Amino acid sequence: MPDDPAGASGRSSSSPMVQFDAVTKRFGGFTAVDHVSLDIGRGEFFALLGPSGCGKTTLLRMLAGFEQPDAGRILLDGTDIVRVPPYERPVNMMFQSYALFPHLTVAGNVAFGLRQDGWNRADIDARVKEMLALVKLSDFAHRKPHQLSGGQRQRVALARALAKSPKVFLLDEPLGALDKKLRDETQFELTALQQRLGLSFIIVTHDQEEAMTMAGRIGVMHAGKLVQVGTPAEIYEEPQTRWVAEFIGDINLFEGKVVDYGGRLATVDTASGSFDVASKGNVQEGDTVCVAVRPEKVAIHRAEPSDRENVLHGKIVDIAYLGDLSVYKTRLDNGALIRASVANIDRHAATMLQRGDAAWLSFAPDAGVLIRS
Amino acid sequence: MAGSSARFDRWYRRVVIGVPYLWLIVFLAIPFLIVLRISLSQTELAQPPYSPVFDLSAGWQGVKNFVSALSFENFKTLFGDWLYVSSYVRSLTVAAISTLILLVIGVPIAYGMARSPRWLQPMLVMAVILPFWTAFLIRIYAWINILQRDGLLNDLLLALGVISEPLTWLATDTAIFIGIVYSYLPFMVLPLYAAFEKMDDTLLEAAADLGCPRWKAFWLVTLPLAVPGIIAGSLLCFIPVVGEFVIPDLLGGSDSLFIGQTLWTEFFSNKDWPVASALATILLAILLVPIMIYQHMQSRSLERR
Repeated sequence: MPDDPAGASGRSSSSPMVQFDAVTKRFGGFTAVDHVSLDIGRGEFFALLGPSGCGKTTLLRMLAGFEQPDAGRILLDGTDIVRVPPYERPVNMMFQSYALFPHLTVAGNVAFGLRQDGWNRADIDARVKEMLALVKLSDFAHRKPHQLSGGQRQRVALARALAKSPKVFLLDEPLGALDKKLRDETQFELTALQQRLGLSFIIVTHDQEEAMTMAGRIGVMHAGKLVQVGTPAEIYEEPQTRWVAEFIGDINLFEGKVVDYGGRLATVDTASGSFDVASKGNVQEGDTVCVAVRPEKVAIHRAEPSDRENVLHGKIVDIAYLGDLSVYKTRLDNGALIRASVANIDRHAATMLQRGDAAWLSFAPDAGVLIRS
Repeated sequence: MAGSSARFDRWYRRVVIGVPYLWLIVFLAIPFLIVLRISLSQTELAQPPYSPVFDLSAGWQGVKNFVSALSFENFKTLFGDWLYVSSYVRSLTVAAISTLILLVIGVPIAYGMARSPRWLQPMLVMAVILPFWTAFLIRIYAWINILQRDGLLNDLLLALGVISEPLTWLATDTAIFIGIVYSYLPFMVLPLYAAFEKMDDTLLEAAADLGCPRWKAFWLVTLPLAVPGIIAGSLLCFIPVVGEFVIPDLLGGSDSLFIGQTLWTEFFSNKDWPVASALATILLAILLVPIMIYQHMQSRSLERR
């Protein structure tokens, strides 16, 4: 792994709103968060992405104050908040379960935080009205949480956490309990809301689509470590580790050795053949590397193409027709299984190749990414 | 064979629904009607010790005679005599105060149990139930030994230097309260524990997140959510304490009587079954109020699910 996993894009230009500085958290013998350093800027929509148990939620809970780091500092707007109890931190969280108070009405839930801050009645009423209008729940002010649908509860939780105008708004798997359609709508609503309010949003999710749709930057976590930080495009197109490459989206991997390195192009010998891959100078001759190619960047041909580089030959073993695109699984002559996805631009394109047909695959040198093993 | 299985189904359903009703009719409704009927009779030195007696052989005329002989005289007597009214008042007051004391003691115990480590909780619940393994009467007799003039309590207080002379505990109201609180604590703690135990900890985190310190969250979140448990525990204590007989009889003095003691006296010493029955009927009417409140709360919390 590179020494600075956050890379150039891990630091934002203006003074950061949140800084994790070598934060470590252990539960017994298990290290949940391992030496994580990360800056999150003002007004940024940041996503912590990773599989369950990777430490992303623990990191968020340390920022909210529900867990104490064993080592490292957490700075909020330049101040170390590790010793500050959760009820005095200017951050608010939307819980995965929403954690609405069942004995209070919708308005009572939204007003709860304001009451703790000693607002007067009139101001509270006005603020509650404003927040409920924001989440389009004005007509539900006097309902109890159990009388609401899942989507409405989620919006109450949103209004409650935003009512206090926190410096940072934390969202723990906010869309997990919603159905697909509602989730899509809410994703766009959250993005719009974030842009309107200009607050720093930090979202924790295991769903890469969710992270990619909403976040400006994504921090990918694995086994307590922050493995890569970058924009959704950087994470997808230039994964820095094999794990990130495999975690985000579908990918074909060829392990091999760099046999020739000519400044911009590296030649890699793999079990499936020799490939020319564009390289940004992060490899040397003799390095063991992985050539990673996304399925949509693999072209599929019925006859051997003469004008293409990195050509592979195999037999189609399975075709998954997904409507907008078809995924062809091809068994190469050496036994490796390669996926190629093709957009179904032509209505009859899907019927042109059949299972069992021989096929040639190819990918451009700049379609592949070199990942050092 | 769809027809016969549907018939079996219907039959089965009737039996299942019928059993609890049958139970209630045989062991609640009929006994109550008998008590009510006796409460409307007059006392007699006879066997049975009241009149009128239902005479089937006289036919329709017998029924009419029987009904016309019933009267509310006994109830008038009860309300006219301060002895009875004060018995009710005393029972209700002691029950109310005891319930408050039980709440004040029970809430911290139950909360502490619910907050202790998971593996410890079954043992703590066991410890609360453990006294039930000894007969109730024996435990109250044990308190006589503890509370008497040369008993354990005075010995302990003297040894600690809290008091210089043995105090009188037995035959005081303090002894009654000690006995009641000791005996009924499990009935208060268990429903409270159940309420605290199922509380979602995330709610406390949400409260903290919104700026509410721990102690305040207890009042604003934990206690309001434990209200069903508080009501259940209070009623489980209040209702039987009102009718309590053994504790005031063994530990209390003889100056003012609980309704249970008055009832016992009427029934066994004065052999006045009708007045005793009238006392019981009114007691039941009084206790119906909290029971109905409880029912109402129960159905409301069921709706919420």
